[in-house]
Amino acid sequence: MTTLFGISVPALMGQLLIGLINGSFYALLSLGLAVIFGLLNIINFTHGAQYMVGAFVAWFLLDKAGLGYWWALLLVPIVLAAVGVLIERLMLKHLYKLDHLYGLLLTFGLALIFEGVFTKRFGSAGLPYSIPDKLSGGYNLGFMFLPTYRAWVIAASLVICLGTWFMIERTKLGSYLRAATENPSMVQAFGVNVPRMVTLTYGLGVGLAGLAGVFAAPIYQVSPQMGSSLIIVVFAVVVIGGMGSIMGSIVTGFGLGIIEGLTKYFYPEASNTVIFVIMAIVLMVRPQGLFGQR
Amino acid sequence: MATDAKPQHEEAAQPLVSRDELWEARYHRNGFVALFAILVVAPAVVYPVFLMNALCFALFACAFNLLLGFGGLLSFGHAMFLGMAGYVSAYAARSWGLTPELAILAGTATATALGVVSGLIAIRRQGIYFAMITLALAQMVFFFCLQAPFTGGEDGIQTGPRGKLLGLLPLSDSTAMYYTVLAIFAFGFFLIYRIIHSPFGQVLKAIRDNEPRAVSLGYRAERYKLAAFIMSAALSGLAGATKAIVFQQASLTDVHWTMSGEVVLMTLVGGLGTVFGPVVGAFVLIAMESYLSELGAWFTVAEGVIFVACVLAFRRGILGEIEAWLRRRRHRR
Repeated sequence: MTTLFGISVPALMGQLLIGLINGSFYALLSLGLAVIFGLLNIINFTHGAQYMVGAFVAWFLLDKAGLGYWWALLLVPIVLAAVGVLIERLMLKHLYKLDHLYGLLLTFGLALIFEGVFTKRFGSAGLPYSIPDKLSGGYNLGFMFLPTYRAWVIAASLVICLGTWFMIERTKLGSYLRAATENPSMVQAFGVNVPRMVTLTYGLGVGLAGLAGVFAAPIYQVSPQMGSSLIIVVFAVVVIGGMGSIMGSIVTGFGLGIIEGLTKYFYPEASNTVIFVIMAIVLMVRPQGLFGQR
Repeated sequence: MATDAKPQHEEAAQPLVSRDELWEARYHRNGFVALFAILVVAPAVVYPVFLMNALCFALFACAFNLLLGFGGLLSFGHAMFLGMAGYVSAYAARSWGLTPELAILAGTATATALGVVSGLIAIRRQGIYFAMITLALAQMVFFFCLQAPFTGGEDGIQTGPRGKLLGLLPLSDSTAMYYTVLAIFAFGFFLIYRIIHSPFGQVLKAIRDNEPRAVSLGYRAERYKLAAFIMSAALSGLAGATKAIVFQQASLTDVHWTMSGEVVLMTLVGGLGTVFGPVVGAFVLIAMESYLSELGAWFTVAEGVIFVACVLAFRRGILGEIEAWLRRRRHRR
């Protein structure tokens, strides 16, 4: 039962699995971008760099402090969120009255700084990060081999995405957040400290990027360039989904990962570009994005 | 870009040709004379290859400024026009044996066509989305250039000898090459100046400052923006094609997204929406790149720091600050 209609099932399943893994990262990162954009009206170009820094912090924790993967899962988002809070307080805060494009330019500059510093220190070659013992190995499902760590990443990202969705769409805190997205001055008038909420939201988004970095560390090599190529694809994902809805980013992220995986099996030459092509088509048919309003 | 991001000058409401406009025209004329006087004698003092590189980037930045500074559209994918034109012009010169001017025309035509296609797609969204879409399209072009058989992948294209301009003037002579590049730059620069100061340019600026009002006056904003995008693409292509002929090669560096970021930085440093700013910005950045090249990755960091500093404290750029100072001084008198 390894081929079906001339299609090799294990190979196809393997590509689908890779697609789902990539999709998890697209979903996690575009979710963070959407949350930040909703409240700050800034597209966080540093998102890819922050994901890269997250992976590096996990590596540091293991290499210098002897703290393993589980500690990294807990500490890295906190460290990255703190970095995000600093960036927001020191820099982004001053840009809210200006054109949105300045936020894009500033965060682009920050991304260059992060990438340059890490390239200088670690070179372009990747550093290995081993899979934690509890998650190594895998299952033989009969038609394919499923590595435990990959299954864990997909499941964990799904849980985190849905948790974020629940927090924003179903809790009181989330309702403040959505209200402030609609009309910040009105929410401020009701006695909610909107500037602090903005700061924490940016911290949350950056923390999510850092968490994605920890997930990625054992799968991809930890390298200074790991974020920049990913973030461009995530931008395309965001354009396709439209930044209007949280669930939209999650569905689009996973969906496009799967489509990319299928393309890798059926027509590998186009696997790098298929998401951009889909973006162009979506823009022609539905410019506001699949889940966008307006 | 929204109005609040622009340095506003109070004289904007005056009728017909005001004294400020006359002053501005005189300032531009003096600027042209000074700029081109310097550029004509420069090769006697400065290494011509550096100058040619800087002039190509200056034209690239001016073309970019036409779109961002006067059209208010931030493209984060302009490297695709520079790089694609470079590939086509290098390929035409090497494999079809075209003379340099025809190779440059072929590259420019390709960039224009690419501008039409990508413009039609990108123009459907605005602001931040426009930036992300152009970036994604440019990344698609990057992967195309990486995989397509004619580009030579990681190696790029080496053209060999530069050939003869119009079949007569050998460009292997660096003086001949320099003045050819200067002529191309001057052509592009004056064309952009004319576009900005034409009725078309006025409408473009009106759309930049207040799109709904321009639309309510009956202008079809989309068409103006698309036209500006295509012109900017074509002139960026001209810069890229010329650069490929000068350096006898085309490579992936010119289509990479970092190049798109670099041209934004040049324009920002020199002065967004000023006539001479992008030229100054390009020379500053290329000089930095030439003299600080041994720093490697620190150069990327320096670029990032300049980006952050420009956005936070120095939004007018070098020329923007100088012009603001000249205006203040004039009004005090």
